[in-house]
Parts: sequence; C-alpha cells; structure tokens
Amino acid sequence: MNQRDARRLSLILLFMPFALWILLLILLPHIGMGVLSLREKIAPRQYEFGFDNYIEFFIEPIYWHIMARTAIMSLIVTALALVIGFPVSYYIAKIAGPRTRGAMFMFCLIPLWVSDLIRAFGWILLLRETGVISGVLQWSGLISEPIELLYNDAAVIVGLVYTVMLFMIVPLTSTMDGMDDSMIEAGYNLGGNGLTVLRRIIIPYAMPGIVSGSIIVFMLTAGSYLTPVLLGGKYSSWFTQTIYDQFITRYNWESGAAFGFLLLIFTSLVVWIGLKLSGQSLSSTVARS
Amino acid sequence: MTDSAVSDLECSNVCKNFGSVQAVKDVSFEIPSGSFFSILGPSGCGKTTLMRMIAGFEEPDSGDISIKGRSVLNVPPNRRNVKMVFQHLALFPMMNVFENIAYGLRCIGADRDEIKRKVQDVLNRVALPDVGGREIYQLSGGQKQRIAIARCMVLDPDVLLLDEPLGALDLKLREAMKIELKLLQNQFDTTFVYITHDQSEALVMSDRVAVMNNGRFEQIGTPQDLYHHPKTAFVAGFVGDSNRWTGKVTAVQGDEVIVETDGGMSARCRPGEGASVAAGDTVTLFVRPEFVHLAQGRKASGENSLQGRVDNLLFNGANSRALVRLGSGELVEVDVTLKGGANDVKPTDEVALSWSADNAICFAAGEGR
Repeated sequence: MNQRDARRLSLILLFMPFALWILLLILLPHIGMGVLSLREKIAPRQYEFGFDNYIEFFIEPIYWHIMARTAIMSLIVTALALVIGFPVSYYIAKIAGPRTRGAMFMFCLIPLWVSDLIRAFGWILLLRETGVISGVLQWSGLISEPIELLYNDAAVIVGLVYTVMLFMIVPLTSTMDGMDDSMIEAGYNLGGNGLTVLRRIIIPYAMPGIVSGSIIVFMLTAGSYLTPVLLGGKYSSWFTQTIYDQFITRYNWESGAAFGFLLLIFTSLVVWIGLKLSGQSLSSTVARS
Repeated sequence: MTDSAVSDLECSNVCKNFGSVQAVKDVSFEIPSGSFFSILGPSGCGKTTLMRMIAGFEEPDSGDISIKGRSVLNVPPNRRNVKMVFQHLALFPMMNVFENIAYGLRCIGADRDEIKRKVQDVLNRVALPDVGGREIYQLSGGQKQRIAIARCMVLDPDVLLLDEPLGALDLKLREAMKIELKLLQNQFDTTFVYITHDQSEALVMSDRVAVMNNGRFEQIGTPQDLYHHPKTAFVAGFVGDSNRWTGKVTAVQGDEVIVETDGGMSARCRPGEGASVAAGDTVTLFVRPEFVHLAQGRKASGENSLQGRVDNLLFNGANSRALVRLGSGELVEVDVTLKGGANDVKPTDEVALSWSADNAICFAAGEGR
C-alpha cells in the first residue's frame, strides 16, 4: 500500500509540470478568450452575452475573404513544401550515406538558428527594389530599371516555404528511414517501373510522414504573422494580421478573441478534411512515436 | 521448354568488385530447367552480390548472365523475368495479401478478372485460399513466407531467387518450411535458386549445391557428392561436421597416404579428388564423426586404430557425440548411439577408435581455409 502511494505521488509530481503548462498556458487563456469572444459590446463599458462577434465575421465579406485567402495560400505553401521536401527527404533517408545524412540534416537545421525576423530581413535584402536580385539583373542588362520583387503573394509564399521547410523534411525523413530498401527493390523486381514504385510503394509507405508534415506546416503557415507582414507588406491580408488589428489597433478584444477562435476552428477543419481524404488518423501521423 | 538444351540460368565468368574488394571472382555455372539449386557459403562470401546481379540490382564488371539463353546484361530489373524472395520478405505492409500478390500483375497491365483468377489460383496452390483479405501483420511467419513466394510465382518467372528466406523463422518452423519449399518447387516446377549459409537447408532441399567461398565457387555438385567427395579443404570443412587435424605426409602407398598429425597421431587416409600430395607435404586431414567406429574397453589394433579415453558425452538424442581424448592429446568427435542402458559409453571409459582409410580425406594445407 505504502509503495503504491509512493508510486502515485511520484507519478503526480512528474505529471505536474505538464499539467500546469496545459492548464495555465493553454486551457485557462483559451477559456478566457472564449468568454471574451462571447461578450457583446452594447454601450461603452456595457457588455452582454451573445454571438455578435462571430456573426460579424460571417456578414462582413472582407473577413471571409482574408480567411479564405490565408487558407488557400497556406495550402499552396504546404503543397510546395511537400513537393520540394519529398525528394530532399528521400535523398537523405535512402540515397545518402550515413555521414552525408548527418551533414544534410545539419544544413536543413542551420536556418533555424537564426530568428524568424532576421531570415525575413534576409529575403527583403534579396528581393527589394534596391536589393541583390534586382541589382544583378540590372548589371547583367536583363532589365533596365530596378524592379520591386517584394510585397506580392509570391514573395510571401517563397518566404513561408523557406521558413517551414524543415518541419516537412523531418517527419518525412524519419518515416522513409524506416522503410526497408528491399521493399523498393521488390517493387522493381515484381515488374514495376520508377513511377509505379513511387506511386504504389514509396508514397503509400511515406503517407503518415506526408500527412504529419503537412499538418504541422499548414498550422504553422496559417498561424504565422511575421513573414507575411514583412514580405507581403501592409496589405498582405493574412488572417493573423486581422486578429492583430482587432487587438492592438482597434482595441476590440472581443472581436479579436472571436477571430482567434475562428482561425483555430477553420484550420482544424482543414486538417480534419485532409486526414479524411488521405485515410489517416491523428494517432497514426502526428502522434506517431 | 521446346529446347531442353537451353538452361534457365547461366552465368559465365562473372566478376564484381566493390572498390578494391573482389566480391565475386570468375563465377560460372549453369542451372537446368526446373531444378532446385543452392548457393551455400559463409556470410560475406559474395553469394548475395551474385544473387543481386542475377536480379539486376548490380551490374557485373565482366562476364555474362543469361536467362533462357538470352543475355540479360543491359536489361533493367523490372524487365527480367527473375523474381526474388527477399531475406526479410519485403511484403508491402500498406497493402493486404490480395494487393501484394496483384501488384506484379497490375504492373504488367493484366485486367481485373484475370488478376482475380490468378491471385486466387496461386493462393490455392500455396494452400492459403482464404487469406486474400487479410493484412500482412495478421499473418504468421510461415504464412508470410508462402505469400512472398506466391507473390513471385503468380508472375510465372523463369527463375525464382530466394535470399535466405528462412533465416528469421524459429527452428521448428524452419524445419517444416524446408520440406514445404521443396514441395512447392516440385509443384510449380520452376527453377529455384536458393542462397543460404545453412548447410542443412542446402543439403536437404537442393538438387545441386554450389559451395561459395571468398567470391569463388569451390565446388558444384549434388549434396551427396559434396558430402562424400569434397574437392577442396574448404568444402570438406564447411559441409557437414568433421574432425580436422593438420599433419605431415610420411609415406605415399598407392592411392593412400600416411599422415602423422602435429599431435603425433598416425593415420592412413586418401588424398582428396584432384589433390596430389607427396611425402613431406603439410596436409589437413578430415574425418567425419559418423565414420569413426568406437569400441568399448578394447585395445586398439589394425589400421587407423587409436586408443583413447572418453572426455565428455554430448547428448543430443540420435545425434549424440562422444569427445574422446587420444593418447597423443588430440580430441576426436565420434558419433555414438546411446540406448539409455548400462552398456552405454560413459566418460572416463577406455575406448578404441578406428576408421577406414576410405573415409579419411586429406588436402594439401593452404588450400581453402
């Protein structure tokens, strides 16, 4: 009995930091935000319970558009990250030797040592009107006047893909690492060509990694703030900017809280649809050990 | 089929180097249609490389490989009608049994009805008619084995390669699968090329066995041939158990030679086929434990008779052994029959050992290992 108590106590103590973290930093703030989002402002300093903040989102098309735009751009970023990350991961996991593998992982990791802000400024240095690319193009005579490459959707997408690439490569590589080489050889041996082997064997096998990487990348992208603002400029219309505006510029916390929840619900919905379409579950992808 | 002179698989002077390491050196062989051929060798002898070259995953540096009389040297692996059962089977875990078997048929563009019919047919032939809808992880080890073979056989290959597929199974299942594989081979009537380091697998199942060492074929022959008439010291030592001593030839008398071992034992034996020895040569002497006759409580007399004392008994049912220490200090393994009665040989018993010179083989030292 005594020993059981001791074990229970140690379990509670071990569990405590995690429980506190979940409770104080995730659960409580969200409950607070939830309550906040359900308050309607009827007069200065006068509030009553209601769904007005949510209704406002649906009747004002501009919010809708920004949300849809954020979702579509995030999906494009996810798809690009997958298309670029898949061959890289395949190379790291299946083709590179053990030493090259470590080095390549390091190279993927190095950009993460620099803060988001500095990385975004790096892109600004390259892309702006007086930046490196514009300068080189002028020097080589391809263009006669400086061009502005910043503050458009392409710049935002490029910057975001660059930022989230690692989060696609890591789960993909670890999934493909677990694949026996002989599985690929068996695919060829039984008569498949390169495309068949990729489509019928490698991609299905890597599916948990693909889905898990895509979920992480999509969530990170849809929730990112710094990169769209810096590379897309003031009018990049990212949904997080709208939330920021509500909180900081307009000091409308109630509406900001409601938008925050809407973003959470919306991205969760996209992830859920993605899981259904790919026939995977959260436990088989992101929660995989 | 029309031309029986054409063998299913033929390799001539195949060589393969990895950097400065010669993995396969000048290997030539020919396998007649419908036979069970094994390549037996210790790990690292190059047998897997040889198999990968036949399957097309490696290109030989020189030499030629032909299947049904046609060279396959520049044919990619997916165009060769050689199918392979991998060491860990490499069944596709994301497909069920039916899909695993249907994969190859889909690759050659068979239509749905044909796929259905052929998959069911091959499942019947491996005696697993009802497992089509199961997932791979739901199968037992032996069932996986049969599905891996079915997946290849459904494509009707000219040659089926098997890369130590029994290695991962436990002993009892392995024994059962040996017999089953042999029966499957008879039933499908396809040429099987079986790679193994386990001599009993090779001896039990094969029509012909090639013993491979250091990238070379030491000998090709029937299992009996290899066992009773080894051509090199390596084959004599690797196939079956043997007592092995090194010694010097003291005299040559016709077909037979007399060898005095380093420990001082004098034995009469015959040189291995093709091996010529002369007086004064250093040789290795091989005697199989079952050819040594053990007589209890008698003084040694006659040819190849030696006096010794039983050091230890290794009881293993029908395969029991006695370790006999000779007067010269050498240890001899002898097969004994233990009936459980009082007359059984016991440790510390004085015994006489003898063997016929025909059953003792010597090879000049330095040959093989």
